Amino acid sequence: MRTQWSPSAAPVTPLSPLHPDDRHPCALGPMDPLRRSPSPCTSRPPSPRTPPCEMLGHVGIEAVLEQLKIKAMKMGFEFNIMVVGQSGLGKSTMVNTLFKSKMWKSTLPGLGVPMPQTLQLQSVTHIIEENSVKLKLTVTDTPGFGDQINNDKCWDPILGYINGQYERYLQEEILITRQRHIPDTRVHCCVYFVPPTGHCLRPLDIEFLQRLCRTVNVVPVIARADSLTIEEREAFRRRIQHDLRAHCIEVYPQKCFDEDISDRILNSKIRDRIPFAVVGADQEHLVNGRCVLGRKTKWGIIEVENMAHCEFPLLRDLLIRSHLQDLKDITHNVHYENYRVFRLNQSHALPRGPGWVNLAPAPADLTATPGPWKVRWQAHDSSDEEC
Amino acid sequence: MSKQQPAQFINPETPGYVGFANLPNQVHRKSVKKGFEFTLMVVGESGLGKSTLINSLFLTDLYPERIIPGAAALNTRNTSWEKIERTVQIEASTVEIEERGVKLRLTVVDTPGYGDAINCRDCFKTIISYIDEQFERYLHDESGLNRRHIIDNRVHCCFYFISPFGHGLKPLDVAFMKAIHNKVNIVPVIAKADTLTLKERERLKKRILDEIEEHNIKIYHLPDAESDEDEDFKEQTRLLKASIPFSVVGSNQLIEAKGKKVRGRLYPWGVVEVENPEHNDFLKLRTMLITHMQDLQEVTQDLHYENFRSERLKRGGRKVENEDMNKDQILLEKEAELRRMQEMIARMQAQMQMQMQGGDGDSGVHGHHV
Repeated sequence: MRTQWSPSAAPVTPLSPLHPDDRHPCALGPMDPLRRSPSPCTSRPPSPRTPPCEMLGHVGIEAVLEQLKIKAMKMGFEFNIMVVGQSGLGKSTMVNTLFKSKMWKSTLPGLGVPMPQTLQLQSVTHIIEENSVKLKLTVTDTPGFGDQINNDKCWDPILGYINGQYERYLQEEILITRQRHIPDTRVHCCVYFVPPTGHCLRPLDIEFLQRLCRTVNVVPVIARADSLTIEEREAFRRRIQHDLRAHCIEVYPQKCFDEDISDRILNSKIRDRIPFAVVGADQEHLVNGRCVLGRKTKWGIIEVENMAHCEFPLLRDLLIRSHLQDLKDITHNVHYENYRVFRLNQSHALPRGPGWVNLAPAPADLTATPGPWKVRWQAHDSSDEEC
Repeated sequence: MSKQQPAQFINPETPGYVGFANLPNQVHRKSVKKGFEFTLMVVGESGLGKSTLINSLFLTDLYPERIIPGAAALNTRNTSWEKIERTVQIEASTVEIEERGVKLRLTVVDTPGYGDAINCRDCFKTIISYIDEQFERYLHDESGLNRRHIIDNRVHCCFYFISPFGHGLKPLDVAFMKAIHNKVNIVPVIAKADTLTLKERERLKKRILDEIEEHNIKIYHLPDAESDEDEDFKEQTRLLKASIPFSVVGSNQLIEAKGKKVRGRLYPWGVVEVENPEHNDFLKLRTMLITHMQDLQEVTQDLHYENFRSERLKRGGRKVENEDMNKDQILLEKEAELRRMQEMIARMQAQMQMQMQGGDGDSGVHGHHV
């Protein structure tokens, strides 16, 4: 049961390190629980057919939660996020605002700094700590995306990077003596910034989203939403949702991974508001005696954390407060598994072989996507469109 | 000497007075009767507020039945969604506006689809060929026999919309402006200026001006005020020149603000007024357009059109697009023909040899097919 999802302005309480383990395997859909690779911190009861047994008194099993929590706090958490979008849409500012720290200097290129001619990916890693919970945060930026005259195939370097991270993890995983905790550099979430044209998704957006939503969790947001009035914002959002449905683009939270009814209700609320209209700011101003993050203009101050002004709190809550672990789980259990199956099939190796597996060398072109999800999950009939 | 003189009609019997000081009045009367023509082109990526700005500038609704297309449309059999192919279109709409007896025939040329495709290399070809076509037509009319009613559809001014979200000019902006700065007056405009704070706006303007200079792009420069104009006008011109590129916000919605109805955009955090000079440069843009409409037309006529005309006449009346291709094509074709003829001659000779060897005493006709 997830924590109730509502944007709160309360200070962040320590994140519950794992989902409390009441995801009963039998409540899951057509998925085979045995094939679900355990995430590093848990081991799940394997068989769905173990009958429950009544207990005659208090044993103290619930203390396992405390143990898990202590272990997790010791190990710390990792989260890798990628921001994609044209230059000037406020990606760096948004990252700074999300994590309330200067991850990046807001990019204001001075004179003579040319725009990168090709897409380059830049990663920055920081360890931020809050209430003795450590988070190793890696942010990957993609300057130069969509800025050229000919933007054909500008998504290839990004796909290559994401698949490269999966490859790295795979190589670590198939070693005979492997590390206890494999460093996780896989991209858990990709935030895609849609320019606020007010019309609809552009061909570039559609191409990119179509390719990427099969490889990584994609969360589209409407960037620089302070250029749209509330009505324009809603109309734009509806049109984007329509376009996403028409092109079979499943953004996070994906409908087919909703495990039970409570998930579905929670995620439907989120899906109704995706893409969030966000505004980023890393400067503080005084409003009614309070110090808030915002943008100051001649006609008013746009408060970033005010739900009436923009939907930044929703994005922050989704990414950090409620769905962070879920993002990591889906990356590990679905996207990474897809990639793994694809690679192992390529080198004709058994999926659960003995000893070591000699993988064929990674293809030079790491942009090939493993294929639609139907390969992994049996036909899950929750949607009426065909993908 | 009558005492009731109209203010502009000085008594003709004053000594030393010829009377040609009335010429401007005559010109004025004639032009008012004739009306003015002005063609304005707006270029920019979709979603930058071009249509809204045009409607706001001229206080009309030039696009009454506008349907904004989605990114996908049902295909012809209504079975599945397909992406809409975006190519650049040219849409010209004309309105006749009248104000205090002065008629203006305004043509707005819109370019939907510009900058939308993934590969925008070809998106300005359509626009450039449109501009050239208008020049061509005017040249043709001007060289014709009956020159009474030449309709001037040449593009007098091009508003180029720069996105406020970037850090300056995009490569596409630079390439496009360089391609048309010799054909049309470019006025760069920063669209949707209400997303920028004042500091950001100044920074962006400076950056754009630097980039324009760096790439040697010739935008339209306001002529300096003559020294005999009054101070207000000089000051106004100075202010206008200092604000280029104009950062504008467009809207035709009436919002209630501070007790009066203004045109603006209503946000939860405040109201952006279109006609407030502190909020944006809309008024400046409008002033510039109105006071310099004549100058824009003149520059188009004297500079751009004359350039075009001299280029065309130098080429001797052949059309532009076939020009370069023609030479190469002709050469290639001629070479191919030569080769064919040579082959044919060789074949004929071989045939002749065979016939002679075959002992055919046919002194018959060698069918020369040339």
